[in-house]
Amino acid sequence: MDFLIFKAPMLMVQASLDGILLGILFALIAYGMALQWGVMNIINIAQGDLVILGGYIAYTIYLWGIHPAWGVIISPIIMFFVGWGLYKLVINKVVDRDLFISILATFGIAIVFQQLMNFIFGADVVVAQSEYGTTMLFDNSVTLPNSKIFSAFISVLYAIALVIYMRKSKLGRAIRATAQNARAAKILGVDTEKVYAATFGINAALCGIAGALISITLTLHPYVGLSYTVRSFMIVIVAGLGNLPAVAVSGMGLGLFEEFADYILGTEFRIGAVFMLLVLILVYRRFKLSKKREYLK
Amino acid sequence: MNKVKQKDLILYSGLIILGLAAPYLFSAFKVQLTYLCVLIVLAMTWNLQGGEMGYNTFGNILFYGLGMYLTASVQVGMFFPLAEWTESGGEKTFVHTTAQYFQGIGVGLLVSAIIPAIIAGAIGYAILGLRGHYFAICTLGLGIAAGEIAGGIEIIGAGQGFTTPPFPAEIVDTEARGKFFYFLSFALLIGTFVFVKYIYGSRFRLILNAIRDNEDKAEAMGIQTMKYKIVGWMCSAFFCGLAGGIMGGLIGYIDSTDVAFDGREMGVFMVLMAILGGKGTLWGPVIGATLFHFFKEGLWTLILGWQYVALGVLIVVIVVYFPEGLMGWLREKYPERFGEVIDEKDRKAQVELK
Repeated sequence: MDFLIFKAPMLMVQASLDGILLGILFALIAYGMALQWGVMNIINIAQGDLVILGGYIAYTIYLWGIHPAWGVIISPIIMFFVGWGLYKLVINKVVDRDLFISILATFGIAIVFQQLMNFIFGADVVVAQSEYGTTMLFDNSVTLPNSKIFSAFISVLYAIALVIYMRKSKLGRAIRATAQNARAAKILGVDTEKVYAATFGINAALCGIAGALISITLTLHPYVGLSYTVRSFMIVIVAGLGNLPAVAVSGMGLGLFEEFADYILGTEFRIGAVFMLLVLILVYRRFKLSKKREYLK
Repeated sequence: MNKVKQKDLILYSGLIILGLAAPYLFSAFKVQLTYLCVLIVLAMTWNLQGGEMGYNTFGNILFYGLGMYLTASVQVGMFFPLAEWTESGGEKTFVHTTAQYFQGIGVGLLVSAIIPAIIAGAIGYAILGLRGHYFAICTLGLGIAAGEIAGGIEIIGAGQGFTTPPFPAEIVDTEARGKFFYFLSFALLIGTFVFVKYIYGSRFRLILNAIRDNEDKAEAMGIQTMKYKIVGWMCSAFFCGLAGGIMGGLIGYIDSTDVAFDGREMGVFMVLMAILGGKGTLWGPVIGATLFHFFKEGLWTLILGWQYVALGVLIVVIVVYFPEGLMGWLREKYPERFGEVIDEKDRKAQVELK
């Protein structure tokens, strides 16, 4: 093999660490997707655009002179209401319908979001400077931005908080009940409409956190949302709905894959590799299931 | 059912005459009319998957883009080194003679029809085994991956794009280019329409509908569903490839993500047009595409800059409020016209039940 990455072991360490830290972030987005997919049976193509919007909120407060790390608190609060509003406006009309309708409707929402963000924040690639510095490891041969460590830490923190919230709180119980059987939950007095709105809001809030973290670790651009949607979709179908440890592991796996693909195939094929991986995973699962005469559904 | 009804005959001959006369009547809008023909072709072929077979694909853009790149590559590659052409980025170092241009585009279109069909057949077995939304997302991924990968390949221009051969300068008539592409696309439209109409009268359509309504039952009845799904997809790929080839020549410049594998525009348009007109009908996609095109061209310039917002809102509104489309609405309103007989007693009983 003639690739640089196989000659320099330190590059491997670098790619692995980058991949894992990035993967934790992806897992957070995927957790939101799994939540609303499991509860509402909706695939939200606008997921990635909610992430980018959350990132732009953090970027805006950065422009106002506030440290962008505060975005991880402000952005989810705003995004929760964005998600709630979105649910009341569009999503509540597609919840019980054919899945393709929800895919197409959220695709439309994604286009609107992309374009509005393009108007408001401009088409430039932006990044909020956290000025956290970098950590040097292994005799300065591996550089690790502290912002990435920070973002992974915050992601884990929020994920744990959410798991506890879903276990202990009344709303969390209602959400889990609705996911199991919406009709039975309704009969037993759960206001499913409110539960759906809250679920979509929580999902949007998770996207907001992830976006705020992306604004300091990676870059923001109005049109890159779809790749985050596809990543989270991929993680969810590999991990399954409602299996949080698996979501974390497959998120890290995806992060690793991306970093290595970046080194081996070249940066220009990075997004292409992600989308090809999606196709390959789906095809692999299709053949695996067809042996048992089942299919993905 | 070979006997064409007289009413239909008048309708079809009227439309063909209108189509042939259109570039002379509206000579300023030749490019728009060509677009319209291509849009109708894309909507009709999408309808074969999404409407008839129940497989909602976002991936037909893959064949469209492939066709575009293949036609241009063949047209250049037949006479000149392809790598040097794309490297010079449209500099006029090589010039096609008139004969070379038409030979090139002819062979190019042939290739751009056959290769996408073969590719559809090759990947069909793997992809069409997925169902419902998994299929939709998978094909969405496929289209975008193709765009991203094409944007990284040097020989077809990578990120800087691919300039297709300019129309031969020896032809003095300035109208000739517009007319040539219009009649090419109009011929494609007629070919596609005849083909789709033939499918609508055949057993093949019934099989596709059976797959849509319940694939497991269709399989239990002894239909080899996979075979028919693949054939259906290959038919779509064939016409999408041709449409892409014509569009590549018309636009004159191929960009990987903004022109060829343009999932954000063309890829969504074809779905939207078919749904707007009414999925699963012969005329629905035609009407939907025409309406959409008029709406788009009429409104796009008025709301410059906001067109994508309008497009997004339009998608949401159509999908949420009119999922049956125009034909579906007409069918509900005038069922007799569609050959549906309603039993009054039965209808009353239904109303009472509600």
